[in-house]
Amino acid sequence: MTVRAPVAAGGLLVLLVASVWLGVRFGSVDLSTAQVLGAFVGEGDEIPRTIVLHFRLPRVFLAMIVGGGLALAGATFQAVLRNPLAEPYILGISGGASVGAVAVLATGLAAASSWTLPLAAFAGALLAIGIVFRVATATGRAMDVRVLLLAGVVVGAFFSACIAFILSISDALVVQSAVLWIMGSVAVANWHDVAIAAVYTLPAGVLLLTMARPLNAMAIGEETAQYLGTDVERVKRLSLGVAALLTAAGVAVAGVIGFVGLVVPHAVRLVVGPDHRTLLPLSFLAGAAFLTLADVAARMVLAPTEVPIGVITAFVGVPLFLLLLRRSLTE
Amino acid sequence: MRFSTEGLSLRYPGVDGWALDQVSISVPDGSLYAVLGPNGSGKSTLMKTLLGVLSPERGRAVVDDTPVLDWTRRELARVVGVVSQAETIAFPLTVRELVAMGRYPHMGALRGESSHDKGAIAHALDQCDAGHLTKRDVTTLSGGELQRVRIARALAQEPRALVLDEPTASLDIRHEMAILESLRAWADDGMTVVVVTHGLDQAARFADRMLLLSRGRVAAEGRPEEVLRAETLEEVYGWPIAVEHDSITESMRVTPLRSRDGATQAPPRR
Repeated sequence: MTVRAPVAAGGLLVLLVASVWLGVRFGSVDLSTAQVLGAFVGEGDEIPRTIVLHFRLPRVFLAMIVGGGLALAGATFQAVLRNPLAEPYILGISGGASVGAVAVLATGLAAASSWTLPLAAFAGALLAIGIVFRVATATGRAMDVRVLLLAGVVVGAFFSACIAFILSISDALVVQSAVLWIMGSVAVANWHDVAIAAVYTLPAGVLLLTMARPLNAMAIGEETAQYLGTDVERVKRLSLGVAALLTAAGVAVAGVIGFVGLVVPHAVRLVVGPDHRTLLPLSFLAGAAFLTLADVAARMVLAPTEVPIGVITAFVGVPLFLLLLRRSLTE
Repeated sequence: MRFSTEGLSLRYPGVDGWALDQVSISVPDGSLYAVLGPNGSGKSTLMKTLLGVLSPERGRAVVDDTPVLDWTRRELARVVGVVSQAETIAFPLTVRELVAMGRYPHMGALRGESSHDKGAIAHALDQCDAGHLTKRDVTTLSGGELQRVRIARALAQEPRALVLDEPTASLDIRHEMAILESLRAWADDGMTVVVVTHGLDQAARFADRMLLLSRGRVAAEGRPEEVLRAETLEEVYGWPIAVEHDSITESMRVTPLRSRDGATQAPPRR
């Protein structure tokens, strides 16, 4: 039974506001509710205000944008590949993006311009999706779950090897910063990162939304989609490109964070059904709330030590993945 | 709506021989046209080429005087509804949602359903006797119900032509007859209907014209009594066959014989 979309959207907005509040309220420095509220209205001491406005708030915004973007990317991969298990991390797309990013980090090109790293990540993501798609469709048994997952695993392994190679010829400082960043974190967020992520993610999200109906048609089969008036090749290229861009934007600012694109669209689909006109925007909201909460958990679980945020999302995502895999193989 | 092909030839990569070999046909406006032939004779390939989903190596397919590859998918979907052989639905849609997709070629990217869209969807569901199924999850439908819903989706496109690939395969008598009678009625109302089928008798009863394909070539084309001749069918199917006039249906009846019935010896397989 599906709930009407406005109800679900309202619920998600409430959840999102609550997770933003938790995100700015809790952290390594203990602030009171009054201090946090004071920071928003420009009152109180300088230090709590700096913590809230320049550390916690950008961190929360980054988690929201990256989480929303990864959820959109997951929903798109699932529609185009007709497979509820498709997800940027599992398909090796995040791995491709991180190879591009590590390459520019290691060569020092990343320091040249703030746009080099995202662009390199995007190039890596496109390369990965090209390879995975070729491999997964080459067998003729188009989009078989097993073929697709194997393709993702193999491509992911290849990119891990590439990263290991690049790091082995880099100096220790680069290695340290790259490893920290690959593990996935929004901890060192600043407003500049937020701006970069937003510039990529928000237009990409709008573009995907205009393709909601073609994606609906694609999800029931490419041949049928053509008979329903969809230019399948164009929609496929454009939507996979946009999903790669969303993945790359997330990887560029927050490293590799897996399973958001799996967990979120699945949960949203259960509540509002598979129509992408509601699935896409609600997945963005839900992804934003999910990653913000995951970040709060990453800070709180072993406080004052922070757990990488990718650990939290994997702990939630892997059991769900196994459940879905089991279901799709027994059908 | 008229479909025609001129010298259509097509090979699948890695497969010896032609899937379609010099196929020239013409489907008259407002007719019910049956495409017949043994397994692997090229029926579905012809359908996909006719609809521009496959590109021929030689020759061309033409829809209403315009080569099909010059139509945009959207323009074509506004006038031709298609029910393909099968589709795998990866996510649980309701019947209403699936049939509403028939309106996609008529809708903008973000606009909701207009009252005309809603009317077309309701009318299509009614015509296929599926109005009571709207809230059902398509993955829970029986074979007959799903087929009616998929035909309703094609009708919701408000097409001037319907193309169906084995629409009655694996359906029981009642569902098969109901669908065939609907197709006949729509053709009588001026819609062009192309049906790929294995049902020779049913094609004889319902079709205006038919095409018999054999190994990618046209074995016969014309009115049922011209196409359904015992010697042609025996040659094409490689099996002894008797054809006679059925006084109940007032159409041709095709009966495959037991190979030892003796009326005709099974022709040796080539």
